[in-house]
Amino acid sequence: MKEQINLSIDTQCYHCGESLPLIPFSSEDKQFCCAGCKGVYLILSSHQLSSYYVYNAVPGASQKKETAHFDYLDEPAIAAELVDYTDDHTTVLTLYIPAIHCSSCIWLLENLYKIKPAISSSRIDFPKKQVTITFKNQQISLRNVVELLASVGYEPLISLQDMVKKQQSDHSERNLVTKIAVAGFCFANVMMLSFPDYFGFAAFEQNFKSFFNWINLALGIPVLLYSARDYFISAWTNLKNGILNLDFPLALGIAVMFVRSAIEIITQTGAGFIDTLCSLVFFILIGKWMQQRTYHYLSFERDYRSYFPVAVTCIANGKEQPIPLNELKTGDRILIRSNEIIPADAILLKGEAKLDFSFVTGESLPVEKVLGEVIYAGGRQLMGAIELEVVKPVSQSYLTKLWNNETFAGEKDPIQTFSNTASKYFSIALLLVAIAAGLFWINTDLNKAAAAFTAVLIIACPCALALSSPFTLAAVLSIFDQNKFYLKSTAVIEELARISTIVFDKTGTITNPAANGFAFSGSLRPEDKQLLSDLARNSGHPLSRELVKWLGMAAVYPVNQYREQVGRGLSGTVNGHELKIGSAAFLGISAKDKGSVVHVLIDNAYCGCFRSEQRWRTGFKQLALKLGQDKDLHLLSGDQDHDRGLLTPFFQRMQQLHFKQSPQNKLDYITGLQRTGKKVMMLGDGLNDAGALRQSNLGVAVTDDINNFSPGCDAILDGNAFEKLPQFIRQAKDAVKVIHMSFVISILYNVAGLFFAVQGLLSPLIAAILMPLSTVTIILFTTLSARYYARKNKLL
Amino acid sequence: MIYPLLGLSIVLAILFLMAFLWANKTGQNDDMYTPSVRMLFDDQPQPPAEEQSDEDHIQT
Repeated sequence: MKEQINLSIDTQCYHCGESLPLIPFSSEDKQFCCAGCKGVYLILSSHQLSSYYVYNAVPGASQKKETAHFDYLDEPAIAAELVDYTDDHTTVLTLYIPAIHCSSCIWLLENLYKIKPAISSSRIDFPKKQVTITFKNQQISLRNVVELLASVGYEPLISLQDMVKKQQSDHSERNLVTKIAVAGFCFANVMMLSFPDYFGFAAFEQNFKSFFNWINLALGIPVLLYSARDYFISAWTNLKNGILNLDFPLALGIAVMFVRSAIEIITQTGAGFIDTLCSLVFFILIGKWMQQRTYHYLSFERDYRSYFPVAVTCIANGKEQPIPLNELKTGDRILIRSNEIIPADAILLKGEAKLDFSFVTGESLPVEKVLGEVIYAGGRQLMGAIELEVVKPVSQSYLTKLWNNETFAGEKDPIQTFSNTASKYFSIALLLVAIAAGLFWINTDLNKAAAAFTAVLIIACPCALALSSPFTLAAVLSIFDQNKFYLKSTAVIEELARISTIVFDKTGTITNPAANGFAFSGSLRPEDKQLLSDLARNSGHPLSRELVKWLGMAAVYPVNQYREQVGRGLSGTVNGHELKIGSAAFLGISAKDKGSVVHVLIDNAYCGCFRSEQRWRTGFKQLALKLGQDKDLHLLSGDQDHDRGLLTPFFQRMQQLHFKQSPQNKLDYITGLQRTGKKVMMLGDGLNDAGALRQSNLGVAVTDDINNFSPGCDAILDGNAFEKLPQFIRQAKDAVKVIHMSFVISILYNVAGLFFAVQGLLSPLIAAILMPLSTVTIILFTTLSARYYARKNKLL
Repeated sequence: MIYPLLGLSIVLAILFLMAFLWANKTGQNDDMYTPSVRMLFDDQPQPPAEEQSDEDHIQT
């Protein structure tokens, strides 16, 4: 056992758990995968914070990525935007830190004061992945605090579209909980006071009866005026717009219930329905709460502003100065360091530009630019620092223009839900039955007519109906969540069930960006691979870089007589062997090249060739075949069409494969499909898909790390769950089936209640039993059947 | 006798409701997870070496 523990320590980084390179970084007896991880360990151990590693094994996140520059935080204007509160000595700041994932994170971040005593307190909100830091601003600056976080491996995500701020000002969930609490309080007390009435008073207790009823009436008022307020408002606004939604019969039922109860209690003719009223409001509010539960750490509303940096380094009068992005003007000279993003269309003035546009255009190969060329916004610089002159403001650039499109102007159309459609007919039928019952009695007994009319509205108040959708969908939502499919709202499930057409983006969506692979045909010994890796390491060509990454070997031998012919091949002497790799023409051999092929020649002997291939996500082939059976599949790629041949078998018709698509093209294509009456689901990952995701009926962002940027969408799908897509669709369809079935059940309850109501015989006791009974039935039925179908669809 | 007692019981219940509403308003229900982890941390965490020997002890 002891040996096993040692073994696991030896092969993985002590900080982040990644496998160690050939020559690991080590400190004392601990080994690390990179200098970053070791640095974090050294900081922590020098401040007696090594317990970080005790609470969890390998708690850290990989530190291989370069951390950003935070010098812009020294600008008062930018700092003021970020802080929650500041005065002469104290500043309070809330930051979103995507790396928070375990109890060690909580422990370390709440012990920051041990590293910098100027930090007076730091508190984590784990579900939201936020930390609130209070610090003495005389002793430590905002920038120092953020740099401290970055140095221990918890770099906060600071973006222009600050979701931290938005969440802080959003108290809708708190308000709903308050309403539930008030309704629950009144419900429990009214129930207690109503029991004697149901079970009968002894003769000497009769004089309490009206007193209890008066208290009940008093407790009903806050429920009516406060807890149920939203239903009245919603019913009224919808009615004004000519829409009959489920809130109308609910509000009507509540109002009628209260008025009739008040009359009965005041005239001392009965006990009223206050208990039913309170239970009804309590249950429907719980249903609403179930439906509103959201993911605090995910944002579905992101646009380019959260992808772009907050500030950019501007060069004015020979001085470097960070300025906020929204102050960037045409003609400004900006400095972009390695790994930073170009924020606006600009002309290259100085330096070597090699840009990764994969997120913006979908093109997977880096693009090189020469001096004087215009560089579009959104590219990520891969080489050293460059200087540029801005030619267009941020909001007018080629990329961000997409957001000026009218598609983004208003709210997305609300999804048509079954409960909305059904409630229209339900409301009309309910009113007809109530009027008919009233008319039937009107000639014989006026009192009975009023009783029957109100009783129908009370008993048919669609409590169970209102709960069937929220409870089914909330159950499905949490099942999807367990399978790493995160939906923006419950209505998305119903939309998912209606999808007829699926449009895929290529790069990053159906291909796995992390695994660009090679297939080798021929024979290579392990030591030959080492030689190849050492040779290719010297080249900046994308193919060579990918080859080195794919071979995954540490540098061992130096290369002599290195020569590179750009775009053709490399040659050199490594460890006494003469190596030549590149195209067939470069090597002087005859072979038919198709696509990206790298031939290998060692000591003038032909060893074989590497063929670059895109790796599809696991299960893409089966997925395409399965979905293709009853759905229309399309592909929209921003890439060149070199993969057309590979993709053709997966799509029914060649015309449905489209390459070299601009973001606007994609958006228009979706609109075109929708015009022909199709319900379109779009799967994409980059900013170039943002328009299409927004326009489609259901936009799904596919991402490998849900903490990374993903464009605005209706749902976020983890790359690992990609192959489960057909199961998700089937589950959504089953969920709609469950909703239909529970509608039938709740209608049956209503019919049973109506049987008493139309005869004018509805007693408060029957109402008080029927309402909770139907509610509990619906909650149990929907939750259990949703789970049953999930098991059938292999999602549980 | 029953009237003051009834009144008292309702007043008491209202006090509890008020306590909940206050807690909710001050954001005490916003994060339902972190406090459950926070309370498990030791004030003076034990050094790793000791923890290691503890583990071995359990395993043998």
